[in-house]
Amino acid sequence: MSTAPETSLSADLLAQSPATTDQHALSVAGLGKRYRSVTALDGVELTVGPGELVGLVGANGAGKSTLMKIACGLVRPTTGTARIFGAHSDTREARRMLGYLAELFRFPGWCTGSEVLALHQRLSGSQGGRPERDELLELVGLSDAANRRVEEMSKGMQQRLGIAQALVGAPRLLLLDEPTSALDPAGRRTVRTLLLELRSRGIAVLLNSHLLGEVERVCDRVVILAAGKVVAAGRADELTMRGGVEIQTGNGTRRFPDARREDVPRIVAQLVSDGVEIFEVTVIRSTLEDAYLQLVDPT
Amino acid sequence: MTATVTIARHVVQESVRRRVFAVVFLLTLAFLGLFILATVKAFAGPAPFVFGSGNLINAGQITSITTVTLLGLGSFASLFLATVLAVFLTLGAVRGDAERGLLQPLVVRPLGRAELLLGRFLGAVVVCVTYLTVLYAAVVVIVHQAGGHWPDHVLGPGLALNAAITILVAMSLLGSVFLSATANGIAMFMLYGAGLVSGLLASIAAALGAQTLLTIAHDMAIGLPFEGLYQAALHALGSNQTGVSRVLVNLGPFGASQAGGVSLVLWSGGYLAITALIAIVAFERRDL
Repeated sequence: MSTAPETSLSADLLAQSPATTDQHALSVAGLGKRYRSVTALDGVELTVGPGELVGLVGANGAGKSTLMKIACGLVRPTTGTARIFGAHSDTREARRMLGYLAELFRFPGWCTGSEVLALHQRLSGSQGGRPERDELLELVGLSDAANRRVEEMSKGMQQRLGIAQALVGAPRLLLLDEPTSALDPAGRRTVRTLLLELRSRGIAVLLNSHLLGEVERVCDRVVILAAGKVVAAGRADELTMRGGVEIQTGNGTRRFPDARREDVPRIVAQLVSDGVEIFEVTVIRSTLEDAYLQLVDPT
Repeated sequence: MTATVTIARHVVQESVRRRVFAVVFLLTLAFLGLFILATVKAFAGPAPFVFGSGNLINAGQITSITTVTLLGLGSFASLFLATVLAVFLTLGAVRGDAERGLLQPLVVRPLGRAELLLGRFLGAVVVCVTYLTVLYAAVVVIVHQAGGHWPDHVLGPGLALNAAITILVAMSLLGSVFLSATANGIAMFMLYGAGLVSGLLASIAAALGAQTLLTIAHDMAIGLPFEGLYQAALHALGSNQTGVSRVLVNLGPFGASQAGGVSLVLWSGGYLAITALIAIVAFERRDL
């Protein structure tokens, strides 16, 4: 496994974070968690700024869900701290500011969608009442199912209800653990749109997802966990690797493996001045998946 | 405190609306139907305890013994059915609900885990105490309508039975922190059975005058005070029985030689507090 990018990118991540320590929506320092002989997290450092959308990716067992659970007070860390806007994650003050969607969750089957939200409104102290419930159900496309029992909803509908539940009480930080795992493509697009909308409203989001394309598309930054450690972090375009520039000319394809996007005008001008006909220019870049696999599973 | 009330209300709503509780309601009606039939037959049947040329006890005593025994049977059934309800309401309250993913969305809300547990406890107690009170009242009325007698005490036994179910709810909640739902359910019914055995042991020991057996039964009752409260309820139901009637009642399965007292009440309160404390501390420390 390559560890070269770890130090520099983690440092970059922290340096580039738009908020100071006190203003971080989520601030994780030296976080460790051991389950008997198993180390789930090992000295994780991570921050999420207000209004920032950060993707958390990693293989199964990398520690992503454990990190999420510590951040919302479900699990106690062995070492280190997690703070929500400066408040310890296991305090009520912290929990007032966050919304959480667990990877595996369920609502009582006998409740209707609207009743689930009403229960969470009462528990979170939200004064939003019916208008808030209606807005949230509309936001996740469940307006027509407000009075349907949870046990009569499809898995995808329950997932969307879970997202609505996480948004009850206007949280400032959202922790979403695999929010699109049970959704069809249309549902995923709805969630993507929703995430972008939340970001525009200044809500910070930590998104745990195996769907790297999705993460790459919507997240401001990406953190890659492996074996309980941050092995890379940064903007998606920083994590992905350059693959050069490819130009379709009248004489065939010309490749410039070391060229960057900024080099394209110069190369094109040179070729044109040399009398070469140009039909197409492509800046080649690896995907986040390529970068992820190289870090997590180089074989 | 608001969160505790919210959770308690949620538990009560669940009890009313889950289909499984419709089954409890129907089975309860079936039990009451059978109990009415048995009660009417018991008072209408030939008098027992007639030996040789004369009666060992008079007709009034026979009616009285029948009344006390039927009330004991009704109390036993009421407590048993309420225990089934209590266990099903609470057996998966912590670990079971956490494994199913029901608990996490609630715990991340700004309420303390102690409040959550207290809410579950209060909700279950409200449901079980209401159920038990209605059932016990029905039993008392049915016996009175059929035999024309009220029990020697009504309120005291009712309170003791309700205190017993409250302790059982607390025990089941405590078990739910450590055990999976199935394991907790099994453990609760085994403990309930152990309590019944200790009560029967006490009756046998009292009849035989076996002090060692009595000590064992007494020690078991300390560990399982719901049984002591149940025995106190049975004892109070027939507390005015004397002489042969008293002996015959005590020898039956629904007689009790052990009366309740201040020490039982105090110990039950302490037991409840200790159980709650252990449950809260363990729940606070549990990773979900």
